[in-house]
Amino acid sequence: MDLRKFFGDTVLTTRIKDVVNWGRKYALWPMPFGTACCAIEFMGVVSAQFDISRFGAEVVRFSPRQSDLLLVMGTINYKQAPILKKIYEQMCEPKWVVAVGACASSGGFYDNYSVVQGIDEVIPVDVYVPGCPPRPEQILDAVMKIQKKIDPGAKLE
Amino acid sequence: MMNLLEILQKEFGEAVGEVHQNYGDDTAVVDSSRIVDILKFLKEFPECPFDLFLDLCGVDYLAQSASGGRFEVVYHLYSLPKKKRIRLRVKIAGEKPSIQSAVPVYPIADWFEREAYDLLGIRFEGHPNLKRLLMWEGFEGHPLRKDYPIDKRQPIPTLGNLL
Repeated sequence: MDLRKFFGDTVLTTRIKDVVNWGRKYALWPMPFGTACCAIEFMGVVSAQFDISRFGAEVVRFSPRQSDLLLVMGTINYKQAPILKKIYEQMCEPKWVVAVGACASSGGFYDNYSVVQGIDEVIPVDVYVPGCPPRPEQILDAVMKIQKKIDPGAKLE
Repeated sequence: MMNLLEILQKEFGEAVGEVHQNYGDDTAVVDSSRIVDILKFLKEFPECPFDLFLDLCGVDYLAQSASGGRFEVVYHLYSLPKKKRIRLRVKIAGEKPSIQSAVPVYPIADWFEREAYDLLGIRFEGHPNLKRLLMWEGFEGHPLRKDYPIDKRQPIPTLGNLL
């Protein structure tokens, strides 16, 4: 039976996977792991000027157990690396990680004995954001890239 | 009041070496064997008691290791009633530098000395708890030594190393 003929335009058919991912991508709950100036930029991203809630990611949780988007913003040194790993492990699947700024992505200019040369030495990373610190628009762009990764078939435009 | 550096030279003789005084920064290079006595003397000096221990730091002069004075410990003291500062510099020879701890005189020197031990490997004899302050347990070497390789990385510690 042709459902479309039976119900007309009152029903929209899709796949369950697409509905779930549609929900996920517009309800990201970020967990900020801020250790340096990039976290100050994130404050701008959350507040009215840039407004991360336009992307449905404004529910900032300070518990990894309640969030699915880990934003690592700042220099991660060797003594913090196991703490970061523990926090990542506490997050429920599915989960995504953004390395915000030069330090989290590559160690930045801290090429020395104490700083981890990019958090991907410790945890997997989905999106890297360049900049020292990045502009708030770049962090929003990272959120959009995560959304695209969650739901690759969807058109964001 | 008499010149403080002259008083030190008179009191400790040979143990006080080179001194200089520019823009109010009284500096004396003193002998490592007498450092605790000198600190005690300055702390209890009635005319100008140096009651505030401002800073202690280690220095690595790698180029001077051939002439026998690779490491140096620098003390900064301040006299709150007289508003005067003094700097003491102590040269320490050898690859395993060691000096008497200042903790019995100034208890606040505790963490300063642990930091200097951690980063430069200077041992402070008589320190109550001389273990690493900044680097984690199991870290090898002393990273602020000038011969510590700049690109050397050590294994990332586990939480067990930190707690």
